[in-house]
Amino acid sequence: MIAARGLGRSFGSKRVLRDLDLDVAERDLLLVTGPNGSGKSTLLALCAGLLAPTRGELEVKAERGRIGYLAHEPLVYRELTALENLDLYGRLYRVAERRERIGMLLERYGLWEARRERVATFSRGMQQRLALCRTLLHDPDLLLLDEPYAGLDEEGVALLDAELRSLAGTRTLLLATHDPERVASLATGTLALG
Amino acid sequence: MSYLEDVGTLAAKDLRLELRSRDTVPAMLLFVVSTLVVFNFALPAGASADAAYGLLWAALVFTAILGLTRAFAAEREQRVLDGLVLAPSDRSAIWLGKVIAVVAFLGLAEIVALPAFALFFQPVSWELVAGVALASVGFAAVGTLLAAMAAASRARELLLPLLFLPLVIPIVVGGVGASIADDPGRYLGFLALYDLIFAILSWASFEYVVTE
Amino acid sequence: MLAAAAAGLLLLGISLAFYWVPDAPIEGFRQRIFYIHVPIALTAYACFFWAAWKALRLLWTRDQRYDLESYTAVHMGVIFGILTLVTGSIWARTSWGVWWTWSERQLVLFLVLFLFYSAYFMLRFSVDPGPRRANMSAVYALFGVVLIPVSFLAIRLADELIHPVVFTRDVNSNLVGSQLLTFGICFAGMLALAASLYTNELTGKRLDERLSELREALS
Repeated sequence: MIAARGLGRSFGSKRVLRDLDLDVAERDLLLVTGPNGSGKSTLLALCAGLLAPTRGELEVKAERGRIGYLAHEPLVYRELTALENLDLYGRLYRVAERRERIGMLLERYGLWEARRERVATFSRGMQQRLALCRTLLHDPDLLLLDEPYAGLDEEGVALLDAELRSLAGTRTLLLATHDPERVASLATGTLALG
Repeated sequence: MSYLEDVGTLAAKDLRLELRSRDTVPAMLLFVVSTLVVFNFALPAGASADAAYGLLWAALVFTAILGLTRAFAAEREQRVLDGLVLAPSDRSAIWLGKVIAVVAFLGLAEIVALPAFALFFQPVSWELVAGVALASVGFAAVGTLLAAMAAASRARELLLPLLFLPLVIPIVVGGVGASIADDPGRYLGFLALYDLIFAILSWASFEYVVTE
Repeated sequence: MLAAAAAGLLLLGISLAFYWVPDAPIEGFRQRIFYIHVPIALTAYACFFWAAWKALRLLWTRDQRYDLESYTAVHMGVIFGILTLVTGSIWARTSWGVWWTWSERQLVLFLVLFLFYSAYFMLRFSVDPGPRRANMSAVYALFGVVLIPVSFLAIRLADELIHPVVFTRDVNSNLVGSQLLTFGICFAGMLALAASLYTNELTGKRLDERLSELREALS
């Protein structure tokens, strides 16, 4: 599903990724590990299509609408409510049965009560959960998760564990994390950067 | 057509955001009126009637810049633009939705500015109003694209006026012409031409400004 | 080689302009700056169009190579643009005694373009190097060439609105043979000059690029 040959990405003169070869098959779960600044986020952004390689080649066999990207930032409007944000993305991603799907996700991630609250009032953990909802909303084939556990409380962690367990083997996943032990059992491979 | 739906979704989003935060339009309203008052003191006693029209257009340009500086503020803060760009919808829909919102905000500012101008300075003709309407489209079309560029830069608020001013000189010419010339139709036609050319160009190239 | 051609053509052209060509009917000797000023202006336009072409290629093929080419062309265009403003100003001074006049349309157009392309550099300086900056620069360069005719039209329209004092120049648009030839040679010379400066700068920049790549690879 993802193939990279000699992939490199520089920001100005700073080379963050260098000469990377990668092969990810469908329904693989690849763990991307490495210290800060090793290029984990950059790799995911490249796969999402937000960044273009400055060297080498990268092929991602998934359409834009079938990719789910979880970044460091939740990518939601602070002044809109949880519901409004998900509705916006739901429309743009042409999600079928939008209302039901949004409702289901908000419930699953414990945000139903807060659905009419502005994201600006959310805690970090709640924002992260909303970001997860946004990422999963359109049922993507390829999931690119950048530190998905960041900011989550115990309950959030448990929810995410369950989600990952159900997703693994049915979707392709790239997971960048500082804490690989957590998901090591689900991984089909590991990529250590830096 | 899903393209138009996307545009509608995005425009609605921008209007809703402004309605909720109310930070851009009030500032624009206040700014344009304050500027007109400043211009009263900037005009020497014997200045011609026409000079006032010129200053009106200067006020409109700077008010547009004020509004446009905020155009991508929400997206920039949260990097939400990445989220919008990743969606399967056409990127130019982001531009068009934003343009609709910017035109709306400019329109509100003008609804206040023109009567204020008529009150303080000179009467306002229908040709002038038409010119202002056409000019707003031009400001929004070009300004939205440039605002997206500025949002991706380090200089941000500083960069937008620099990019914007040379490009809108023709709009100012068209607008002032429509206000004071004997034959305003020519200038209105020119404004329409400007709008057509630069709207198409901006619409087509927005994609490249927000992607790599 | 290009540089030699440029030098040769320009030397020939300028000598012709000053010694061979007959005096202009009304302006006299002063008019000769026309043979320098107008070719410089036309060369500046050529540079901007070249930059836009390279920009289009960049957006079309997403090949980053074109970014440097487009940028260098804009750089050349701005240099020749500044020269246009300077020579135009000198010509205005000798013709009418003023260093600047708004009724000289070409001059005003170049002023607008100078502002526009200066902002191009501001844009480039405030965005980190990479595909994003290349894209934005390319789009901006395209806007530039579209602005050229639109601005010119605007300036023509503005003439009626703004200018109380209109300076005219008795431009006899029918150039006689010797004038045409001289003009042609000067124009060719200026283009050759621009081309050689362009190639020079491009090679230098590419070398820089290669050097920093090698440095990176070794570290």
